[in-house]
Amino acid sequence: MIRTLGFVVFTVFASVAFADTSYDVLMRSMTDKNQATLSRLNQDDIQEACSQSRDQPGNADVLKALREQSLASVTLPADGIFIGDWQRGAAVANNGRGLQYSDDPSAPNGGNCYACHQLDPRELAYGTLGPSLANYGARGQSEPMLNYTWVKLWNTHAYNACSHMPRFGAQGILDEQQLKDIMAYLLDPASPVNQPLED
Amino acid sequence: MIKVRNLVLMSLLGIITAAAVAQDGIFDEYREMMGEDNAGVFIIDEGQEYWFSKTGPKAATLEACDLGLGEGVVEGAYAQLPRYFEDVDRVMDLEARLVHCMIDLQGRSRAEVHAKPYSLRGDMGTEIEALSAWIANQSNGLAIAPGQIHAREQSAYDVGEKLFYYRAGPHDFSCATCHGQADKRIRLQSLAHLESYDGAAGAYSSWPAYRISEGIIRTMGWRMRDCFRQQRMPELVMGSDASVALQIYLAVNGAGAPLAAPGLKR
Repeated sequence: MIRTLGFVVFTVFASVAFADTSYDVLMRSMTDKNQATLSRLNQDDIQEACSQSRDQPGNADVLKALREQSLASVTLPADGIFIGDWQRGAAVANNGRGLQYSDDPSAPNGGNCYACHQLDPRELAYGTLGPSLANYGARGQSEPMLNYTWVKLWNTHAYNACSHMPRFGAQGILDEQQLKDIMAYLLDPASPVNQPLED
Repeated sequence: MIKVRNLVLMSLLGIITAAAVAQDGIFDEYREMMGEDNAGVFIIDEGQEYWFSKTGPKAATLEACDLGLGEGVVEGAYAQLPRYFEDVDRVMDLEARLVHCMIDLQGRSRAEVHAKPYSLRGDMGTEIEALSAWIANQSNGLAIAPGQIHAREQSAYDVGEKLFYYRAGPHDFSCATCHGQADKRIRLQSLAHLESYDGAAGAYSSWPAYRISEGIIRTMGWRMRDCFRQQRMPELVMGSDASVALQIYLAVNGAGAPLAAPGLKR
């Protein structure tokens, strides 16, 4: 009886251990390159859940857990100030570099916002993977608006589980000051994002 | 000889290339002007030279290399890749198969043939790139028809499909992040929807491709590696299981479309 149980346990363990998962395939197909090491192939809970559901988690409990976990990851600005400098924010929004093995790890990471979003309506080279954020500041700077935008930048899954957007705060892509500057680029009435095109 | 040809090519195209990068209109005119004879023809000739060159410790050519249709059969071979090869019990893409033949027939080391398979910016092209161009060109116009009969070929497709959705790294990107929807773009660059026939057919059929901005051929394996670089992932090994699985996933999704190899890209 015990031997049979042991065999069953062994078989189950072996099939889990030797199953040809995406992780296994990638681990034997890739090599460390500069800052991009194989440790990046490890998935956290969100990455795993979103990969398995192909970014469409159907289960309501899973969705709720992902959102709650993501919301809990957010750190609000220590000094309570959400808005930085929109001009520095523009540079962050335009910078597509950072964390690729071809990038200089000593240079600041970019947010690469324009890869996916329209922002300043005068900038024509914008991507369409995300919604247009032109005139985003028309929503005002109420406390809920500041909070919502900060959380969205920090960990998008708090509101939209399995969103395609990177977790700029939670993953340490951008630092607190860069996030404040992006906040200003989005919300400051003086930012070009909030200067509609004249007819 | 090969270097000289490349130099001539580079200087011939230098001005056109600069203009083409700046303006789509000129690029289109250039493409029209070249028509069937795309500028990759110089590199295609180089690939043929490599194939018939006695190379490596065994001083052997690649003429005995079996690309899936029998020893030395190059015509139509690229169109039926990736496929299962019984002699190595593996599904291989063109690059994995070329590496196998270089090691097996020419006696070269894996380290040597993997040392620098793809050009870096400013380079004049590599042996793998030239061979890919010549071999793919001999499937030009043929339908994409990867192996999907052997169980290993089918499981490679399944692996590729799963990899397509695998999110990891600091940016949480997968292939699907950019290539899972139709009619999207990054900045001004259109993105192929690779889950669909149209998207996969358009993308797969155009590699290997001659990139006029760089004056070199880029291979399908390079395209896979560079996508992973942009995903903030580690470096993809040429001919690796992940590279082959993703290529067979794309090839099956785009199966039936005619190859335009080598393609022409900015």
